[in-house]
Amino acid sequence: MVKLPAPAKWALRIIVVGYVFLLVGWPMITLVQNAFSDGLGNFQAAFSDPDVVHAMIVTIEISLWAVAINTVFGVGMALLLVRYEFPGKRALSALIDLPMAVSPVVIGLALLLVYNGRTGWFGPTLEAHGFQVIFNSPGMIMATCFVSLPLVVREVVPVLTEIGDDQEQAATSLGANAFQTLRRITLPAIKWAVVYGVVLTLARSLGEFGAVKIVSGNLIGQTQTASQAVEQEYNNFSQGEAYAISFVLVLLAVLCIVVVSLLRPKESSS
Amino acid sequence: MSSAVLGLDTQPIGRGRPGVHSTLTRGSALGLGVAMIWFSLLVLIPLAAIVVTAGQDGWQGYVDTLKNPQTWAAIRLTVTQSLLVTLVNVVMGTLIAWVLVRDKFWGRGILDVLIDIPFAMPTIVAGLVLLGLYGPKSPLGINVANQRSSVTLALAFVTLPFIVRTVQPVLAELDTDVEEAAASLGAKQTTILRRLVLPSLVPAIAAGAALSFARAISEYGSLVLLSGMLPYKTEVVSVRVYSFVEGGDQTAAAALATIMLAVALFVIVALDIIQRRVARRG
Repeated sequence: MVKLPAPAKWALRIIVVGYVFLLVGWPMITLVQNAFSDGLGNFQAAFSDPDVVHAMIVTIEISLWAVAINTVFGVGMALLLVRYEFPGKRALSALIDLPMAVSPVVIGLALLLVYNGRTGWFGPTLEAHGFQVIFNSPGMIMATCFVSLPLVVREVVPVLTEIGDDQEQAATSLGANAFQTLRRITLPAIKWAVVYGVVLTLARSLGEFGAVKIVSGNLIGQTQTASQAVEQEYNNFSQGEAYAISFVLVLLAVLCIVVVSLLRPKESSS
Repeated sequence: MSSAVLGLDTQPIGRGRPGVHSTLTRGSALGLGVAMIWFSLLVLIPLAAIVVTAGQDGWQGYVDTLKNPQTWAAIRLTVTQSLLVTLVNVVMGTLIAWVLVRDKFWGRGILDVLIDIPFAMPTIVAGLVLLGLYGPKSPLGINVANQRSSVTLALAFVTLPFIVRTVQPVLAELDTDVEEAAASLGAKQTTILRRLVLPSLVPAIAAGAALSFARAISEYGSLVLLSGMLPYKTEVVSVRVYSFVEGGDQTAAAALATIMLAVALFVIVALDIIQRRVARRG
């Protein structure tokens, strides 16, 4: 094992810790200072505004929907990709990663082109049947699903590959039907991978900005989300309120990370 | 967050070769059908709509969009800043991963958690948070708001985890016996690093760099508050697409978005190839 001489080791430590502290650590401290600059005043000002409270509720609702849909899709897709062979599998597996590399703005535009009520491919038909997608929650849920699509799949696939299908085959040969095998054997084995995927999806969904901004129309008190409220408060020179809402969002995000890092070591010991 | 999130699986999903027989049962075929309908409605058809809309004016549409000096300036800024930030990440990300895996000191756990924060933090908040320390009211006296350097700063922040999180697991799994053997045979520490450690990290660094570049060129949220989105100065491609959408010029927006999609697709294919190479070696 490479042993660096002490000066090099200390130089590396200082460079690394300094870089991360200046880029992430100190800005986080400034955020807390700015949010609590007049005690709880910023929070009272921000959360006594019904529009901000509404934006917060919208964000949570949209995120829960996206998490539910992506969990079902993610686990199902992972099972199909790992346990079955079919033509076009490799292309499909690569395409599922695509949302990681596509700009949120492009995602918003893509949904807008298909589902907007005036000129979209499907939009006018859907709206004629009373189903409005764009500037409404279905569009916002779709945008959020799109940006966080690969997170559950990517967590579950390696675990499914790792555990193999011996136990599943044993269960089937002992007479278990497909549903029993799934519930008793497969799901318990991939439980933690699904939990990580869900937590990561939740963190990503709570903070989504660009894609949702395009499809939501940012209607205050209706389709405005928490991250859009941050932008609006900041541009209206209510910086204290913007920092207060941000603090709550970051708290949720950091909570997600801490949950993941607390859960992760258990996996290796079990 | 694991390397799996970032797309670097050491286990390939499968080797679906053309002509491979399907092993789908009736139930799983139904499941695949439902999943594909949702995937098409959500991802494939909307992305196809971008390409089709962009193609409405033929090649001339692309040429006109690219010839627009403001758009061209945005593309140049985005590509140069993304390359710069990716280069910074290749160096800093590898060093951070090294310190996290091979060094032991008080506070390493905090460092480890800090690395994940940019990934989980809402992008608009990332801009606001950086504005607190590097904005007009900076306690450091550094104000990058509305400057070119604000783009570098925001991109460095949001792409921080990628190379760290792809290199870290590879470095942790690295067999240290080989290093011991080399050392006992008289190899210098620098030789071991250069000849043994670095080469085995190259695929992970490459994968992380691809993800970091892809994220950088598509970034939007963190730049909104920090960069001021000034045309010819701090306006990036995503912001340009957004202003086309807002202005109702969907064809121009789609043309520019198609170019971004092509780059995204290229990165994903490159990642797939790297993954499979790593898996074969593994």
